[in-house]
Amino acid sequence: MATQSLMRRLPPVSVMIASLVLLIMLILVIFAPLIAPMDPRDVASYSLMDMEIPPAFMEGGDPRFLLGTDNQGRDLVSVILFGLRISVVIGLGAVIFAAVLGVVFGLVAGFFGGMVDSIVMRVADIFVSFPTILVALLISGIARAQLSAETMLAWAPLVLIFSIAINEWVQYARTVRASTMVEIARDYVRAAKVIGLPAPRIMGRHILPNIMSSVMVIATINLAGAILTEATLSFLGAGMPPTYPSLGTLIRIGNQFLFSGLWWIAVMPATVLVILVLAVNVIGDYLRDHFNPKLMAR
Amino acid sequence: MIRLFSVRLLQAILVMVAVTAIAFVMFRFVGDPVASMVREGATQAEKDAVRVALGLDKPVAMQFANFVGQVLTGDLGTSYRYQQPVTTLLLSRLPATLELVIVATVLALSLGIPLGVLCALKPNAFLSRLTQSATLVGISMPTFVTGLLLILIFAVNLRWLPSSGRGDLVDIGLWETGFLSLSGLKSLILPSITLALFQLTLIMRLVRSEMIDVLSSDYIRFAFARGLPRPYIYGRLALRNALMPVVTVTGLQIGQLIAFAIVTETVFQWPGMGLLFTNAVGYPDVPVLAAYLLFVGFLFVMINMIVDILYTFIDPRLRTR
Amino acid sequence: MTDTTRPVLDIRNLRVEYPLANGNTLVAVKDIDLMIRPGEIHALVGESGAGKTTVGNALMGLLQAPGKIAAGSIVIAGKEINLRTGRTEGIVPGRDVGAIFQDPMTSLNPLFTVESQLCEGMLTHLKLSSREAKARALDLMKAVGIPEPERRLGSYPHQLSGGQRQRVVIATALACNPQLIVADEPTTALDVSVQAQILKLIRDLADERGVGVLLVTHNMGVVAEIADRVTIMQNGAVVESGSTREVLTAPKAPYARTLIGAVPPIDVRLERLPVPSEETQVALDARASVRRKNAKSETGNRDDMVLSVRDLAVEYGARSLFRKASVFKAVKGVSFDVRRGEIFGLVGESGCGKTTVANTIAGLVTQSGGSINFQGTALGGRREKSVRQSLQMVFQDPYSALNPRLRINAAIAEPILFYKLASSADEARQDAKTLLEAVGLPADAGTRFAHAFSGGQRQRIAIARALGPRPSLLICDEPTSALDVSVQAQLLNLLKDLRDLAGLSMLFISHDLAVIRQMCDRVAVMKAGEIVELADTETLFTAPKHEYTRELLRLAPSVERILGRELASA
Repeated sequence: MATQSLMRRLPPVSVMIASLVLLIMLILVIFAPLIAPMDPRDVASYSLMDMEIPPAFMEGGDPRFLLGTDNQGRDLVSVILFGLRISVVIGLGAVIFAAVLGVVFGLVAGFFGGMVDSIVMRVADIFVSFPTILVALLISGIARAQLSAETMLAWAPLVLIFSIAINEWVQYARTVRASTMVEIARDYVRAAKVIGLPAPRIMGRHILPNIMSSVMVIATINLAGAILTEATLSFLGAGMPPTYPSLGTLIRIGNQFLFSGLWWIAVMPATVLVILVLAVNVIGDYLRDHFNPKLMAR
Repeated sequence: MIRLFSVRLLQAILVMVAVTAIAFVMFRFVGDPVASMVREGATQAEKDAVRVALGLDKPVAMQFANFVGQVLTGDLGTSYRYQQPVTTLLLSRLPATLELVIVATVLALSLGIPLGVLCALKPNAFLSRLTQSATLVGISMPTFVTGLLLILIFAVNLRWLPSSGRGDLVDIGLWETGFLSLSGLKSLILPSITLALFQLTLIMRLVRSEMIDVLSSDYIRFAFARGLPRPYIYGRLALRNALMPVVTVTGLQIGQLIAFAIVTETVFQWPGMGLLFTNAVGYPDVPVLAAYLLFVGFLFVMINMIVDILYTFIDPRLRTR
Repeated sequence: MTDTTRPVLDIRNLRVEYPLANGNTLVAVKDIDLMIRPGEIHALVGESGAGKTTVGNALMGLLQAPGKIAAGSIVIAGKEINLRTGRTEGIVPGRDVGAIFQDPMTSLNPLFTVESQLCEGMLTHLKLSSREAKARALDLMKAVGIPEPERRLGSYPHQLSGGQRQRVVIATALACNPQLIVADEPTTALDVSVQAQILKLIRDLADERGVGVLLVTHNMGVVAEIADRVTIMQNGAVVESGSTREVLTAPKAPYARTLIGAVPPIDVRLERLPVPSEETQVALDARASVRRKNAKSETGNRDDMVLSVRDLAVEYGARSLFRKASVFKAVKGVSFDVRRGEIFGLVGESGCGKTTVANTIAGLVTQSGGSINFQGTALGGRREKSVRQSLQMVFQDPYSALNPRLRINAAIAEPILFYKLASSADEARQDAKTLLEAVGLPADAGTRFAHAFSGGQRQRIAIARALGPRPSLLICDEPTSALDVSVQAQLLNLLKDLRDLAGLSMLFISHDLAVIRQMCDRVAVMKAGEIVELADTETLFTAPKHEYTRELLRLAPSVERILGRELASA
């Protein structure tokens, strides 16, 4: 039956829910300035009078503040919306940067092999020896010792994107290299060589479309990882500053009030973070099983 | 095999040279080493004296050679913040980190391998589906959030377990251990669970996918065709093949383990090397940063050498090459 | 003692079904009967998808998950398989049925010694002590003819050659004295000389130990060589069964006749292989049109050399950043010529360097010595566009020969456009259509992707793509060895027609002597990177000079032997 076969082609319910959640989050992120009840960066829009109000559904809650307020009286919904925005932008930025870098190096290493391959992969080995978080912390430490506070503030998002991507590109490079080596052994690539097509054309027109699905799968899974890494760095104090808080920064701030019973300041942004990453991971997992079950489990 | 080892050794040395060079650049050029050594308002003459004492007036190449010499003898400079030799600082923090990492790793392996095997063998069993969904939540939950939630539940609300520190320590000569006191063990529970959860999901997923691969191989089909008992095929034949990549990945993941130990130690204020490092980032205490970098590089190289050696024992194909 | 009258295998009305996701049922095996007596080798033959492997798997208890025995009965050595569970209850795989798989490289576990893999079955099924098992393992190693059996027991699989591994697999199958052995393509992954030894071993074991063997294979030569009886399957059903001689010499069923007729004979050259032809007027017109367009490349007379190879040497050596690995000489001083309009064959066992020669001429591998002269141009590292255009290639594996992301039209048009042989994309698409018709495919095939086509059709498309740049030399590297025998016959006929109609010269690489005899005008036999003999095909097959050529001809399993025709050399 037609409806039956259509049902079978649809992804499982969990994936559809995850996609919906992600779509809603993306809309919220894009239109955050229009949706947010107030602008957390505008000091005039909030008041210390409203500080430490619990979420609206709790005793002592205020219907104006759905998720409560923080220690400065800022509405958590607004703060989280803007924080989510920063987290997503840095995550996407890091993924795109890493993917471009990794695909180019992986293709070149896999296609030419030999010396080129050895050099690229040894460099990749060294990069991957040092975990993202460690490298980012080091960069942050060095930057603190060398640069002024304002310079650091302005550069923080770019430094974060760079620190995350500089480590993560290796994953793309390794996968793309391995897939490229599989593809160039296939006869259609050998045929393209015999036909006499130039190397860039073979890489771009013949190999790349055939490995793109693995790249997309890694990119999705990697997006979850990048958002987590950014959050962790911000939580450790080496990421976004409190003046431009990402979700991680918000949790760092909330952490200080955990023992005073003001749990929502930390838990609300943490919940949003976990939902975001979970949604991305559910989709990534589905894509991996669907396109390429042999990709390395993370 | 000897050539394989010499190649590995050469690679290890290259990595160490690169790391040492970066550490040297950090020591020498990041911040002002002299300003941190002299009292405030020191005269230029006093500064120059310190400069000469530190050897900073010599050519850079000479300084690097000196630096390498110092590193080899275990002299990693003096912490700006604590005004103590960095080596002493690191060594005093080492036991805390080691105890945490070892407990977490044992926990993760002892749960991760059986669960991974189960999910591969019986993908439709209730426990497998539960585990599969749980790992998805697991990898979506950053380590620091796990830590915060555990603190919120078990330390703040239930007040069962301490949220920070190592509790009472017992001096056993070489180091002070938290294994031998009740408060020490209680303090270990939350941090080790936090660190283990991250490793657990990783190991479980890896064992599962490797096991699925191995089960579809010809030699396992051949084993079934010979009518060998299922427990024997799964437990001895297939598991041995499936665990090979787990060994490699464990080696490669050592960096991740270090990174997440930093996070865990920071969340639980666990007085290990990771906490020392995060505090040094905020200060910024450059000699500690550089020394930690050297230490991590060394650890990484050593563990990978051990994994390589281990591999040749497990895989007969490498032994005779 | 084995009862010589009771069959070791008696299959009645066996039906194997796979429930499909859409609710339908795929009947993989349709109500077949099959009987094997002790000491008898019974061959089960058919093309891919015939269901022959499914029968073997059903006997070994290895049916893939949703598949089940739906009806019928299987009796192995007097014991019946429980059909209610679909499992071999009462019959233990390993003890009652021994198994031999196709690829000895993958059927042994790389992490365990030969001894451990040989003994585990005996420890389980025969309850032997480990000392008894070891003694028996040693006997088995001797029985299957492995040199230095004591030392080899302690070896790991990777330390043995392919033939030795297959011997170990056979020893493992024999370990618990089963009365029936299922051998699924036991020699397909092996070279001719090793294949001959393994086949002889299986024959001897059947004769001496009275084991019944179910030999699943696609190779009629293997059947003729050792089988007592043969059953031919098509689409899950038995079409013919009987003694090997009867079936091979006088097949009754039409399909059996086609199948056996499609096997290229090694002792005589046929003009065309007797398979149903699908050549149409459309195809002939298209070929004529292709020939007209090719006209420019057909200057010069027939005795001109298209290709002259002199002292060609190729070395492989993996050079990494840290070490310079040892150098492997794949080709050592090979010289030959290909004349205009001829098909020149290169034949030899795997690893003899024939494919490396092809790759070097095609420019996929760089030579380390010697010269290649192509239509008066010396070929070096960098090649002129015009040279690349005139030299095209058809590869072995039809499933990887086409880019899965490219429509067929785009794939064929790409080289035409690249060499500016068409003034517009439309004209190139028109050319692609003509080429598809010329290789016997409908013109609208071009709008689809590669996955819509069967292996044989894909190989036709690959040929069309190679003809696009209007080459003067077509290199064919094992173009039919991945295909079923009837498809192979059609493709060989097609290649011959194209040569005649489009005036192509070909360099034809194959490991199959019979195919070479059907296709080539002249042939060179390669061994270990060198040409040992080069002659006209008829001369080489009727009066081989070199010892190695004679050995290859003697060992090649052939249908003709059972027909009573003796080869001149044998």
